[in-house]
Amino acid sequence: MAIDFMGKRHLALIFSGLILAGSIIALAFQGVNRGLDFTGGTLIEVGFSESVDPTTVRNILSDAGYTDAVVQNFGSETDILIRVPPNTVAAGTGGQTRLGDQISAALGAQIGKVELRRSEFVGPAVGEELTEDAGLALLAALGMIMVYIMFRFTGKFALGAVAALIHDVIITIGAFAAFQWTFNLPELAALLAVIGYSLNDTIVVSDRIRENFRSTRRGTSAEIINYSLNQTLARTLVTSLTTLLVLVALLLAGGEQIAGFARALTIGVLIGTYSSIYVAATVLLTLQLSRQDLAVPEKESADNVP
Amino acid sequence: MADNGVFGQNLFGNRNDTKNPHHYPVWRYFVALFVLILACVYAAPNIYPPDYALQIQTDNSDLRIGVRFMTQAAKILADEGIGVKASNTTSKGGLIRLGSDVDQLRAQSILDERLNPAGRDRQFVIALNLAQTTPAWLQDLGAQPMTLGLDLSGGIHFVLEVDMESAFAKALDDEAEKATNYLRQENIRYRSSGNLVQGKAVRIPFATETTRDQALRSLRSTNDYDSVIASESQGSPVVEIGIGDEKMATIEDVAIEQNLTGLRSRINELGVAEPLVQRLGRSRIVIDLPGVQDSSEAKRLLDKFATLEFRLVAKPEDRPSSIEVMPYEGQTRRLQRANIVTGDSVINAIQGLDSETGLPQVNIELDSEGGERMNRATGPNIGHSMAIIFIEQKPVIAREVIDGEVVEKRSIREERRLISVATIQAALGYRFRITGLSMSEARDLALLLRAGALAAPMYIVEERTVGASLGEENIDRGVQAVVIGFVLVLLFMLFYYKVFGLVANIALTMNLTVLVAVMSLLGATLTLPGIAGIVLTVGMAVDANVLIFSRIREELGKSVPSIAIQAGYGRAFLTILDANITTLLVALILLGIGSGPVAGFAVTLSIGILTSMFTAIFVSRGIVHLIYGRRQVQKVWI
Repeated sequence: MAIDFMGKRHLALIFSGLILAGSIIALAFQGVNRGLDFTGGTLIEVGFSESVDPTTVRNILSDAGYTDAVVQNFGSETDILIRVPPNTVAAGTGGQTRLGDQISAALGAQIGKVELRRSEFVGPAVGEELTEDAGLALLAALGMIMVYIMFRFTGKFALGAVAALIHDVIITIGAFAAFQWTFNLPELAALLAVIGYSLNDTIVVSDRIRENFRSTRRGTSAEIINYSLNQTLARTLVTSLTTLLVLVALLLAGGEQIAGFARALTIGVLIGTYSSIYVAATVLLTLQLSRQDLAVPEKESADNVP
Repeated sequence: MADNGVFGQNLFGNRNDTKNPHHYPVWRYFVALFVLILACVYAAPNIYPPDYALQIQTDNSDLRIGVRFMTQAAKILADEGIGVKASNTTSKGGLIRLGSDVDQLRAQSILDERLNPAGRDRQFVIALNLAQTTPAWLQDLGAQPMTLGLDLSGGIHFVLEVDMESAFAKALDDEAEKATNYLRQENIRYRSSGNLVQGKAVRIPFATETTRDQALRSLRSTNDYDSVIASESQGSPVVEIGIGDEKMATIEDVAIEQNLTGLRSRINELGVAEPLVQRLGRSRIVIDLPGVQDSSEAKRLLDKFATLEFRLVAKPEDRPSSIEVMPYEGQTRRLQRANIVTGDSVINAIQGLDSETGLPQVNIELDSEGGERMNRATGPNIGHSMAIIFIEQKPVIAREVIDGEVVEKRSIREERRLISVATIQAALGYRFRITGLSMSEARDLALLLRAGALAAPMYIVEERTVGASLGEENIDRGVQAVVIGFVLVLLFMLFYYKVFGLVANIALTMNLTVLVAVMSLLGATLTLPGIAGIVLTVGMAVDANVLIFSRIREELGKSVPSIAIQAGYGRAFLTILDANITTLLVALILLGIGSGPVAGFAVTLSIGILTSMFTAIFVSRGIVHLIYGRRQVQKVWI
C-alpha cells in the first residue's frame, strides 16, 4: 500500500493556503485575546455554594463601581471568573493589589458565602515585558532549530522544517484568534511545545528522506520523498494518536485552568502531523532537493555501506 | 519502487554487535536494573500523603522549645477537642501533626492565643505546614517528595519591583555627604545650597573658579570617586561627582541583597513554614508564601517601610544651613540636620509597656558602631535635648491614561514625624527606649525596625493568590488526567504492538517512575503545567519505541527476526537523538522565559525527554533481547 502524497501536494497547497489565510485574517481583524499574564490587570475566581447567574454578579459589581469588570462562568455553574482591566484603580489606597479582597467582600455582602478561589494581579509593565519575551522566545526557538537542522542536515531541510513550524504556529494562534480563546502563559508554553512536537515529526520524516536519497539510485525526487513518507506514515500516525489520547484525557479531566493549554496542543498536534507530511516535504521538492545536496562522504556515509 | 535493502549497521558503534546480532552486553541489564531500583526508592516518598501540621518557632534565644513544651502544647489542643496525631521537636522548633485542614486552622489560632498573651511581644511564631510522612528509612537515603508549586498547594505569590532610582539617589546622597565632609576638613569653602544631588550626579557649587579647581584637584587626589569633573550650573562653577556603571551595578546588588534580608526576616514574623524569597532578574524579587491565605497581612508587611532618625536639637551656635525645622505638638522645633544614628544601626527592637506609666514603648538595642556614636553624641550633651523622627514610606502607584495608554506613575509618599523630644539624662549607650507612640505604632515600629531597614522601596508588580481548595482540586484533576492518559496509551500500545507493546508499556511505566524520581531528587517544583508536561511526556515518550518498532516491522520483511530487531534499534537511534535534541532546545528556551508554572512545564518536559530516551534504549531493548535475543526466533509478535 503506497499513498501518492506528493501527487496531491497541489491540493495540500490550496488547503494550507486557505487555513493560513483564514488564520492571518483572524489575527489581523480580531487579534489574539490576550489573557491577564500579557495584558496585566486583575483576575478573580470566586466559588459560591449554589449556581450563580453572571448577570447578578455583574450588576453587583457595577453598583460597587467596577463598571468595566468582565464576568463569566468558569468551568461550572457555581464558579465565577471576574476580570478587571488594568486601568481600573481600586477605590481604596492600596491600588489594584487590594481589588481581589474588595470584590469578594462586595460579593459576600450581597450573595452570601463566597470563597475566593484565586486572585491574580499582574502589573501592566510585567505583562508588556512578557509579551516581548514571548515573541523573542518564539523567534529564538525558530532560529536555534534552523541552525541545528542546517548543521545536522542541510539548508534545504532547515528551510522546510522552519516553514512547517511557522505554518503550525500561525494556524494554532490563528485558531485562538478566530475563536477568541484566552491566550495566557500556559498557552504560550503549549505553543512552544507544538514547535517541539511538529519538529520531532519533521525530523523523523527528513531523516528517512535523507537516508533514502543516499541509499537509492533510482527514482525521481518526488518518488523517493513519497516512498519515505509512506515508510514513516505508521510511526507518524501512532505517535500522533498516543499524544492525542493523553491530550483528550487532559481536556476531559484536567480542569478549566489547563483546558486552554490542552486545546492549543491538540490543534498543534493535528496540524503538526499534517505539516510534517506536506509542508516540509513540499518545500524540499520546491527547492529541488537532489542527491548532490546529501553527498556527505564522511562518517555518516559509512552507515550506508553494508 | 527503489529497493532499500541495506541493513545491519549499528549506530552504537559497537563492533561486536554488528558481528553477532545475538550478543547483548550484560552491563546494560545491570544499568537498567540499577536505575529501576534507584527510581523506585526516590519516587516512593510521593506516595505518602503529607500531614496537616503546625510548626512552632521562636527567635528568642531565652526560650527553648523542648519535649515538655511540645507535650504541653499538644495538651492545650487536646483539651480543646482537637485530635493531635503526633508532636515532636525538630531542629527549627516543634511540629504538631493534625488530622485535617480545619483542625489545623483552629489549632493555629488557639495556640497563637495561648502562647502569645495579648499586650506582650509575640514570642512564638505558629506556621501552617504540610509535614511529610515519608518513612524514616527512605528519609535516611535522602528521598524526599516533590515540592508542590503554589497552584497546587495554595498560597500567595508576589513579585516586587525594587525602586532602583531611589537606591541610586540614596547612594548619591551618601557621596554628597562624604564629599562635603571632606571639603570642610580640607578647609575648601563650597557654597552650601539645599540639595546637592541633581539628576544622576552630585553638584557642589563654589564661589570662584579658583576654589572649584582647588576642590577638583583635592577630590581627585583621594581616588574615592568614579568621576569628578568641572562644570557649571546656574552661572556658578561646580564640581560634578558621578557614579560609574560598576558602582551602579554594585548599588543594585547591595540594594537587592539588603531588601532580601529585610524581607526574609519580615516574612519570618508572618509565620510561613517554607517561604521562598529570591531575586528575579536585575531589579525584582519574587516571594512565594505557601499555605498563606490572607494576603492583606502579608501586604501590610511588604509594602511598608519605617525607620528612625536620632538627632540633636539645634543649639544657638549652629549655622542656619545645618538646621531643619519640624512641627512638634503644635509648635516648631529646630533640629540639627545631621543624624546621630538611623534605623540602620538598630539590631533589636521590642515593644513593651512602661512599668510606671503603662504607656507603650519600644526598647531599642543598637549595634556597636551605632552605640558608640550615640555615646559620643550624647555624652557631651547631657541636659540638652535629643529628637527622634519617625519616617514612614509608602509606595504609591497612580495610573493615568495618556493618549489611550495606561501609564504607571510611581512615587513614594513619605511621612516624617517628630515623635519625641526628650532631655538627655545621661550618656546613652547601646540600649535605650522610645516613648510617645500609640500602641499600634509601637508594635509596627518594633517590628519594622527589627526586620531591618530596606535599602530601597518596592512595589508589588504581580500578585497571585490560590485558595487551598483550588490547589487540592488541581492536584486531583491532574493526577486523574495522568492516570486516564496513561491507561489509554497502555491499552493502545498493547493492542497495536502486542508483545512489543507490552515491552513498551513496561518501559513507559518505568519512564514515569524515573521522571518522578529525578524530579524529587532535583527538588524540582511540581506545578499544574508541570503535570500537563508529565501527561504530554506519557504521550510522546512512546515515540522512541514506536520509531523502533515500526522500523523492526519494516526490517522483518527483509530478514530474520533477530537481525530485524537489531537493525530496528540500531537505525532508529540517530533519528531519536535528532528529534529529541531539538525538542530539548525548545524546552530550554521555555525555561529561560517563564518563571513559576511555565518553568515547571519546561522542567518536566526536559526531564521527560531524557528519561524516555534512556528507557527506550536501555529498558525496552534489554527486555526485547531477554525475550528474543537468545534463541533463533521464527515468529515475532509485533
